[in-house]
Amino acid sequence: MNIIAGVDLGSRSTKVVLIDRDGKQLHAHTTRTRPPLIELVDRAVDEALASIGAGRGDLHYIATTGFGRSSYPERDLQLTEVTAAAYGAAALFPGTRCVLDIGAQSSRAVKIAPGGRVREFKSNEKCAAGAGGFVERAAKYLETELAEVGDLSMNGENPVSISSVCAVLAESEIINHVSRGETRENILRGVHQSLAERAVLLVKRIGIEEEVTLVGGMGYQAGMIRALQEALEVPINCAPQPEMAGALGAALLSKRRIEKSAA
Amino acid sequence: MKYAAGIDVGSTQTKCIIIDENKQIVARALTDTGANITRAGERGYEAVLAAGGIAREDVLCVVGTGYGRFKVSFGDLQITEITCHAKGASMLFPDTATVIDMGGQDAKGISVQNGEVVDFVMNDKCAAGTGRFLSTAAETLGLSLDEIGAISLQARNPVRLSTVCTVFVESDIMSYVAQGKKTEDILGGIHSAIAARTIALVRRVGLKPAYTFTGGVSLNVGMVKMLEEKLGATLNVSPDSHYMGAIGAAVFALEHALSAAAVS
Repeated sequence: MNIIAGVDLGSRSTKVVLIDRDGKQLHAHTTRTRPPLIELVDRAVDEALASIGAGRGDLHYIATTGFGRSSYPERDLQLTEVTAAAYGAAALFPGTRCVLDIGAQSSRAVKIAPGGRVREFKSNEKCAAGAGGFVERAAKYLETELAEVGDLSMNGENPVSISSVCAVLAESEIINHVSRGETRENILRGVHQSLAERAVLLVKRIGIEEEVTLVGGMGYQAGMIRALQEALEVPINCAPQPEMAGALGAALLSKRRIEKSAA
Repeated sequence: MKYAAGIDVGSTQTKCIIIDENKQIVARALTDTGANITRAGERGYEAVLAAGGIAREDVLCVVGTGYGRFKVSFGDLQITEITCHAKGASMLFPDTATVIDMGGQDAKGISVQNGEVVDFVMNDKCAAGTGRFLSTAAETLGLSLDEIGAISLQARNPVRLSTVCTVFVESDIMSYVAQGKKTEDILGGIHSAIAARTIALVRRVGLKPAYTFTGGVSLNVGMVKMLEEKLGATLNVSPDSHYMGAIGAAVFALEHALSAAAVS
């Protein structure tokens, strides 16, 4: 088999997507990012191959992306997370012109051309405000499972106001809301709204253009999608496995490169 | 003897001070604020009364300050921490022209004249420069907050931090550790970056000596040294710098009690 792997080494989780030479997705899974990164990638790729009954011998090409992309020496290709996520989003939703990528430690708005080429992007380089890790910590204070957060937020009737300027200072606002007896639903909806406000600032800097696609793990939270739709006033595309866009994009760009070099 | 008390309910810790009629500090208490702010003031007050062996009825007046000051419901007055820091700093160091306050979740610059606030700035947008940033850094390195300042003084080749975001500092530190950087050099870089950022904040009210350094971070010798280096001036620091807001509140309480007594 001629399998292509895309590996997205994110700050919180590592995503692996396998595709065949026709670009068909064979497998996708996520694992927690823990050093050492080389062993992590080896194990994740081996597991992915084993799950479809393949082995290392079937692996033709491997591309890495994400913050740890340069830590894996056996890579054939390395792509920035901006390029990879844009290409992945365009493959999932061909009409995409704006990609919003909200990961654990990053938030990014990318303007793309048809086909997925990056035209412009803005990201939170020096500040964690607007990144998804905040929701994880908020969930901890609220003694709530991360998986429940999206639905609880959907049930918030009167969202609380939470500052969108600093993820750390916002945590104490959450504690204050908890000690005042606010419901989890209202607090979590407030959290999503504060992240959405921050995302709007990024999107405005590149200029909003439909269609907008949300990628990254925050896409699992229905409340986040609603908050973005309300704040941006446009519908938002979101794939069933939104965090896989970067790994998928890396695999698909590898395929294109292989085809180009063969031609 | 009659007394006056100041209670500073901060985001992280509650500081309580009792002074006598001669403005001498007779009791101190430091307690964690915890999640229940309403209880924090009362608990701190009980602790400081016990520490000084002072009866409630001998305290003429209680002033609450800090972000939880409105929860000091048994207090006679509430005064902002900015006003109290200026007051306390000027009592301990009468030459104070600028107060640099680095607390658990805020960093402030206060320009002072004769114990009164002329102007102030604070970090409303970012937790960099606060105790919270330093405690995150300490935790990531497996150290306690009390030791990082002294270790930072050993730095020979301090690292250059790419960001001062409290959330990102964890992964930044981990990557420095992975690169084999020495703990003291990592801490040296952190103290330098935070000191530079704090000075940039305080500059907005004017950098005018003498400087008085207050708040919990003033107990950090590395930060004192770094600020002094970058300012090219020495800082007034007292072992009670941490209590400065509460000291100012207690002075206000005493003045209030004395003026009330004069009227009646």
